[in-house]
Amino acid sequence: MQIRTNFQNNVLYIELCGELDEHNAAKARREADNIADAYVGSERVVLDLREVSFMDSTGIGFLIGRYKKFRQMGATTYLANPSFTTDKILTMSGVYALMPKI
Amino acid sequence: MDNYMKLEIAAKGENESFARSAVAAFALPLSPSLNEISDIKTAVSEAVTNCVVHAYKKGDEDRKIVIECRIFDGELHIEITDYGCGIEDVEKAQAPFYTTLSGEERSGMGFTIMQTFMDGFSLKSARGKGTSVTMFKRIGAGDERERVNA
Repeated sequence: MQIRTNFQNNVLYIELCGELDEHNAAKARREADNIADAYVGSERVVLDLREVSFMDSTGIGFLIGRYKKFRQMGATTYLANPSFTTDKILTMSGVYALMPKI
Repeated sequence: MDNYMKLEIAAKGENESFARSAVAAFALPLSPSLNEISDIKTAVSEAVTNCVVHAYKKGDEDRKIVIECRIFDGELHIEITDYGCGIEDVEKAQAPFYTTLSGEERSGMGFTIMQTFMDGFSLKSARGKGTSVTMFKRIGAGDERERVNA
């Protein structure tokens, strides 16, 4: 799992690339939180899932964990570009109630 | 029985990707759609993750997962077994959002996803002996245009 960052107009874009499973989640968590700490003050965070090729329920835990972290920082979190399968998992778990899909 | 395979792997995180890809590859002769492949990979990943995260404790020496797959009558049957600690309350474990590791960002959705993505699911567990998940999926109910050719 690789993470790319882009910051524009007070919006922090975090692009996740690769497989988001149990094996990869710990590293992704550390990296995403380091990025979050580096951009404290962002009003909005967009987690871009376009290049997530696989995600299971570990990914749900990961996303909710980041939602909590960003909320503590005062930022609103959004999810963008999930694949069909990722969208299915996010919809059934109710994640979009916390982080709207844009 | 049309086909059979048995895979024994160490219960390690780095084997999760291999396990789900191996089962997906085994299913290919059924010409599943891309969505069916995704469903299978996700369900297998959930079961294997449970073995890695929950079944074995630190210090357990023989950490193994056995994955058996059978194909018959256009269905893929999967059995995933560990020989770990077992599940204390099987009913409770299957409730959506239930997790025994709430401090670790666990969603508690693993069994719900297996049940939703597959056409059949059952769970057997014995304390101190291990846990076995069996599930099956009928292949071919989806869109013909999306079939993956074997």
